[in-house]
Amino acid sequence: MSRSYDRALTVFSPDGHLFQVEYAAEAVRKGTCAVGVRGKDVVVLGVEKKSVLQLQDPRTVRKVVMLDDHISLAFAGLTADGRVLIDKARIECQSHRLTVEDPVSVEYITRYIAGIQQRYTQSGGVRPFGISTLIIGFDPDDTRPRLYQTEPSGIYNAWKACAVGRSSKTVREFLEKNHKDDLGRDETIKLTIKSLLEVVQTGAKNIEISVMESYGKVTNLGLAEIEAIVAEIEREKEQDAERKRNRQAATAAGQAAMLQRVGDNPIAAGSGTSTPGGQ
Amino acid sequence: MEVQFGIVGKGYVIMASDTNAGRSIVKMKTDEDKIKALSPHLLMAASGEPGDTVQFSEFIERNLRLHHIRYTHPMRPQSAASWIRRALADSLRSRKPYSVNLLVGGYDASTDSPHLYWLDYLGTLVEVPFAAHGYGAYFCLSLLDRYHNPEANLEEGLETLKRCVREVQKRLIVGLPDWKIKVVDKDGVREINLDL
Repeated sequence: MSRSYDRALTVFSPDGHLFQVEYAAEAVRKGTCAVGVRGKDVVVLGVEKKSVLQLQDPRTVRKVVMLDDHISLAFAGLTADGRVLIDKARIECQSHRLTVEDPVSVEYITRYIAGIQQRYTQSGGVRPFGISTLIIGFDPDDTRPRLYQTEPSGIYNAWKACAVGRSSKTVREFLEKNHKDDLGRDETIKLTIKSLLEVVQTGAKNIEISVMESYGKVTNLGLAEIEAIVAEIEREKEQDAERKRNRQAATAAGQAAMLQRVGDNPIAAGSGTSTPGGQ
Repeated sequence: MEVQFGIVGKGYVIMASDTNAGRSIVKMKTDEDKIKALSPHLLMAASGEPGDTVQFSEFIERNLRLHHIRYTHPMRPQSAASWIRRALADSLRSRKPYSVNLLVGGYDASTDSPHLYWLDYLGTLVEVPFAAHGYGAYFCLSLLDRYHNPEANLEEGLETLKRCVREVQKRLIVGLPDWKIKVVDKDGVREINLDL
């Protein structure tokens, strides 16, 4: 067929799967982990940073990026695909301002990004984007923090807390157990780091945290700040473990004492017989 | 009958523009801001065809902002001026060119130096120590030749600007009572209220 080159790569398998899209989702699962947590009036993005090679410039490796003054994005999956998608989104942000004189809302830009991702599962001669994104931000004239996720298939959802990428299932389960509504700023940051520590073994130096507190107010935490929080979390874990040990020791001691009392009874009774007491 | 001035001094650029918006013989508005802050250290004053000035400067603003977000650093004044010139030159050769004249003033934080560029709708770009667009150029360039001092502090620079504005108000046949004055220096962009 002369036109076969422009046929879509993503065609249904007989049992209704789009393999290319599923492979893209697999690429996401191989990518470094990214976490987003929404608090009362703050929203936090945390990502696992790949260790920078010894001679590499760490400033050039960025996984949390600004789309506009009030919107940040983190992604998991193929970095090269991410760059392309991010550029499209940034252009749309400015284009939207130019045409309607208003900044984009978080939902709008999420839908736009998801729209592009969907288009790349259905057009000829292209392959899907191998990335999932987490988009955080504030809508103009609104104080509620927003958190959205998009997937290679073009699905998008709003979340209270969400994880994508490597071991995202573990992190999501951790978040499901530990997330509460109306978290304060520090609690939200702490929960983000705590959940990342579930899967990042190397600790603070491989974590990047970006905090958005209100419209356009974004701060990236420095290594020292993250290290301090990681230390705090570890201290708490230590204390927890200590308490647990003490409790276990106490119960063990109690049990031992009981057993001993049970064993001691006959002697204490002074009966001189060897039959166990209490019988 | 628009008049705009730009003056470079020691560590700053002053931009001044009248605030009239009119059509034919009718004055529509007297508080039009014709000087746009394009980035933290960049100002642009636009004059010319009324619709074009707004459309073009918004287009430039959004593109420079996009550049800022893409590369985390804002464009330096020299690069921005060149980019704007190119946009105008491309436009001139299109089916419907923008007829916009510009003054671009900025502070280059990486070299700690102020810069002022004069651009016109034909795609001319020159870096100048002082500049004027509109009829103000006929009245005040000689005055600026005489009084401009690149080493002047802000007060002295504003004095020179006052001379220019007063000259225009005295000799130009149309009255231009209201002016907007903005300054860009190492601290960024700010507006200045001046008794003219």
